[in-house]
Amino acid sequence: MGQIVTKEESSELETTVSGLFWAVLKRDLMLAYRKKSDLFNPLVFFLMVATLFPLGVSPEPTFLAEVAPGVVWVAALLATLLSMDSLFRSDFEDGTLEQTLLSPQPLFFVVLAKVLAHWMMSGLPLTLLAPLLGVMLFLPGEGMTGLMLSLLLGTPTLSLVGAIGAALTVGLRKGGVLISLLVLPLYIPVLIFGTSAVQAAITGLPLGGFLGLLGAMLALGVVMAPLAIGAALRISVSG
Amino acid sequence: MSEKKKWMPRWFYQLASPRWSYNIMGKLLPGFAIAAALLLIAGTIWALLFAPEDYQQGNSFRIIYIHVPSAILAQSCYMLMAIAGAVGLIWKMKVADMVAKSCAPIGASIAILALATGAIWGKPTWGSWWVWDARLTSMLILLFLYLGVIALHSAIESEVTAAKSSAVLALVGLVNIPIIKYSVDWWNTLHQPATFKLTEKPAMPAEMWVPLLVMVIGFYCFFAVSLMMRTRNEILYRERRASWVKELVEQK
Repeated sequence: MGQIVTKEESSELETTVSGLFWAVLKRDLMLAYRKKSDLFNPLVFFLMVATLFPLGVSPEPTFLAEVAPGVVWVAALLATLLSMDSLFRSDFEDGTLEQTLLSPQPLFFVVLAKVLAHWMMSGLPLTLLAPLLGVMLFLPGEGMTGLMLSLLLGTPTLSLVGAIGAALTVGLRKGGVLISLLVLPLYIPVLIFGTSAVQAAITGLPLGGFLGLLGAMLALGVVMAPLAIGAALRISVSG
Repeated sequence: MSEKKKWMPRWFYQLASPRWSYNIMGKLLPGFAIAAALLLIAGTIWALLFAPEDYQQGNSFRIIYIHVPSAILAQSCYMLMAIAGAVGLIWKMKVADMVAKSCAPIGASIAILALATGAIWGKPTWGSWWVWDARLTSMLILLFLYLGVIALHSAIESEVTAAKSSAVLALVGLVNIPIIKYSVDWWNTLHQPATFKLTEKPAMPAEMWVPLLVMVIGFYCFFAVSLMMRTRNEILYRERRASWVKELVEQK
């Protein structure tokens, strides 16, 4: 009897990989939704950094239009970085992370779901907010699609790579500055192709190539980064 | 065991022993030191006094004999660091971790040397110390990667965890290096193409590139010497509680 019950239970509770993925995603999104300041702070930071440039460099519309793609991209990159430190921190502190690592489920998909949830709370709102910054910085209208598409393809890669840094530093008290040191050099290709896509869109050149490269980096990141994140988490938690 | 032997030579497993590695490095050290000294002295004299002048750049081009070897070495050193890190992660070899740790500061200083000589060379030829060019930028990023590895290593107190973490970071950086190289290449470029290619003969005459090759090999020998010295120190420090290290200290 007992055997049958456990069998039934196990088939009922059988955690398929996709079930696991959605469960983790739902949990992380719910946690973020209940702690809204974490959601808004990077966005406010994003807006503030973009405001600093006209004040600090020059409010001239022609100049701003020229630097707008780079400024928006750098601001997005820094905002992502800012939100990165909290990705595994609370899970690490309350022991959830340890339990996750001990569970028999594949870590790859748990990590991927966590990064996707992080992106939906940082990269996606940043992408949606980007046209506002574009208008503030006099970005020509033709560049808007390029800006949004490049951010849409580029910010998930930023989240994936940043998560490696977050996983490596999660056990350390002073993780914040260290993450930037580790991750910023790895962000450079995304920045280059992201801004190039926007420039191409402004000048009317085809931007398919740049978007293709951003997509290729994203594909590589989706396949490789969760492995590195998982390995780094195991090291950080066991050490 | 017999199956393992087929594809991994015996010395690879012996390297896992810090004591064996310490001794073998001690034996190799004098040979490499002599080779490095001879090659570097001969190469420098040859390069500075006997190699012909460049028809456009005159004598200022002679800095190539420092610049190119250091630039090549800075990249190889990163490769070695990542591979040693991977060996440490896979086979859990302490010595590999120590080699990877010793690589980082050497690589960083060689990358700084390459950047500095490049800047000194850039001033007379391009008219500015720094240009945002593909090669220079990717070298600068390489330096940042080294600094990141060093920073991570020093931030983690446990030696074992620090070694594993920095190995993961070095491997991630290794994946990223070709991407950085090509992304920066397509972005903006002014630097001349590579001097040595495996598939083609060098574009410069033999009187110029032979001393350069001597310098490159000399730099590699010098790197081997400094790496072995650092690693031997590291072995002694980490194995300070082992009986053979105590005996060694008492003997001296």
